[in-house]
Amino acid sequence: MKDTHQNELLRKKLYLSDRIAKFVVTSIAVISFVSIALIFLFVLREAFPIFGYTPEVESYSDQELEMESYGEEHIGIEKDEQKASVNNNQVQQSSSEEEKLKLQSIWENIFSTTWDPVSNNPRYGIIPLVVGSLKVTLIAIIIAAPIAILAALFTSTFAPKWAKEILKPAIEILAGFPSVVIGFFALVILASFLQNVFGYQYRLNAFVGGVALSLAVIPIIYTVTEDALSAIPRSYIEASYALGAEKWQTALYVVLPAAAPGIFAAVLLGIGRAFGETMIVLMSTGNAPILSASLIDPVRTMSATIGAEMAEVIFGELHYNVLFLLGSILFLFSFTVNAIAEFYVKNKLLRRIGGTK
Amino acid sequence: MKLKKVFLDLSVKSITAFAAFLILLMVVIIMINIIQGGWSHITWEFLTTAPEHGMTKGGIFPAIFGTFLLVVIMSIFGIPIGTISAIYLTEYAKQDSFLYKVIRFSVNTLAGIPAIVFGLFGLGFFVQFVGKGMDNVLYGGEMLRWGQPNILWASLTMALLTLPVVIVSVEEAIRSVPVELREASFALGATKWQTIRKVVLPNSITGILTGGILAVSRGAGEVAPILFTGAAYFLPHLPTSLSDQFMELGYHIYIMSTQSPDVEATRPIQFATTLVLLALTFALNFSAIFLRYRLRTIKSKFS
Repeated sequence: MKDTHQNELLRKKLYLSDRIAKFVVTSIAVISFVSIALIFLFVLREAFPIFGYTPEVESYSDQELEMESYGEEHIGIEKDEQKASVNNNQVQQSSSEEEKLKLQSIWENIFSTTWDPVSNNPRYGIIPLVVGSLKVTLIAIIIAAPIAILAALFTSTFAPKWAKEILKPAIEILAGFPSVVIGFFALVILASFLQNVFGYQYRLNAFVGGVALSLAVIPIIYTVTEDALSAIPRSYIEASYALGAEKWQTALYVVLPAAAPGIFAAVLLGIGRAFGETMIVLMSTGNAPILSASLIDPVRTMSATIGAEMAEVIFGELHYNVLFLLGSILFLFSFTVNAIAEFYVKNKLLRRIGGTK
Repeated sequence: MKLKKVFLDLSVKSITAFAAFLILLMVVIIMINIIQGGWSHITWEFLTTAPEHGMTKGGIFPAIFGTFLLVVIMSIFGIPIGTISAIYLTEYAKQDSFLYKVIRFSVNTLAGIPAIVFGLFGLGFFVQFVGKGMDNVLYGGEMLRWGQPNILWASLTMALLTLPVVIVSVEEAIRSVPVELREASFALGATKWQTIRKVVLPNSITGILTGGILAVSRGAGEVAPILFTGAAYFLPHLPTSLSDQFMELGYHIYIMSTQSPDVEATRPIQFATTLVLLALTFALNFSAIFLRYRLRTIKSKFS
């Protein structure tokens, strides 16, 4: 009798601990989602004051004046009060017009082409920074994508075993290089080397940054492409051989097209990485916010601007908010790119490969 | 016709091989340059003393110590959270449930967010929001202790950044535990939680270790998240409390090579610091690869 009672108690205890464990595990797993939400919230929150940015000091003094005049008028004659209220309305109207003007000018300021945040007349034109980011990303992808995709094709189709066993660790080593190490290499060695070869004027420029950035992007594109290539059903390749196709024909006309969604995703992920990468571009692009079409001019990217200026900025100032605006753009860009890569690939690949099974 | 085919065959083969060779070449060039530049400057003294003479002489011990502290605090937070999240994703969640999809998407997204955005988040959330809030509660807003960049906020930011690394690695390990072991445990009357604690986790300890090491290697190499959440240019003392700032290897490289007063004169120090950081991340990565290799051989023994 006592035994069964104890058993019952034990069972209840175990059941309870099981439920508690499940609850705790689930709530900790939610942390990933919560942090994404918090990142979204807080990065945007610090950028938000730009939207309400008005000449706060001036409008404040306007209000004070209003209050005072209203107080005085209250004691006087009613007509005067009416007049005063009309006046007040006018004041309010004119101040809101003024705000509109200033508001316009803050956006005009932000979408202008001059980035000069620490002068007496601070200019926050983000256009050269956006163009800088795009330029460096473009160079990096143009260099990295062909190399990485071809190398992945090599390992999956042509490479003898010994070559694979050298290449795979090499890729892992390249992926393991901290970005500051690549940045340092680009700054000290690569920049001088490229200048000697091409003989351009500025040692640090968009081209150097792009080349250095491609070193960081290659492992990503390679790995994702390799995954996509190896996910192709063996039957595709065998069918191609059975029709008398050569190895290279199979590689070019069967394997590559079948893996196209995966390769597309690989390039997208590479773009996402290149666009947001900070240390490499901060150290190797020269950091001059110049708007130009030339690839051998120094540039400054959005990420590098944040990295270089955030430490010296006064919290709550407009400059601080604009840097968070840049961060929000980076965040939204990488978020979109990742989402496209994930959903696009899942749907396409599943339909292509899963559908034929 | 035949000749054309042979030519095409050869050219496709050689072009792809050349691309692979290029990657190999780049890795070798970077390694050789950094080893060449830094090797002669690495001495016992360099590793164990603090910078002197306005950082133009002396060693990098505070930076090594700071990096060590950063990854330890980061691991204390990151590894348990990552492991438990992985347990949820593999053991508890139904693969088609809404929550599973949300968390899966969050982990993937977290892995793709630029490091600098984590830095901004650390500044906006940990330093400005949590830290300032703590100061207000603890000291009535009169003292600025937590509301400024420090090693705790930097470590937490880094823990968030490395969370996906831990989760993915632990997940792989947990999935490699054979279903039979779980079923045997259930058959003996164990509850789900008992099974996870006594059967699944002990069998995936290598995976947890691998995940931890990979996260540490990543965390030791990232600089962008700590640029404004706690890293300092030079500190006369080692950090003694969680609210202190700290020196870090990667940040040291960045600052020495771009902003120190005499960049050319301190080149050997920069190269040597880079070599130390590189050696550290390599040692970590290789031990992770080794552990993973062992994990796979164990797995193949089971089946």
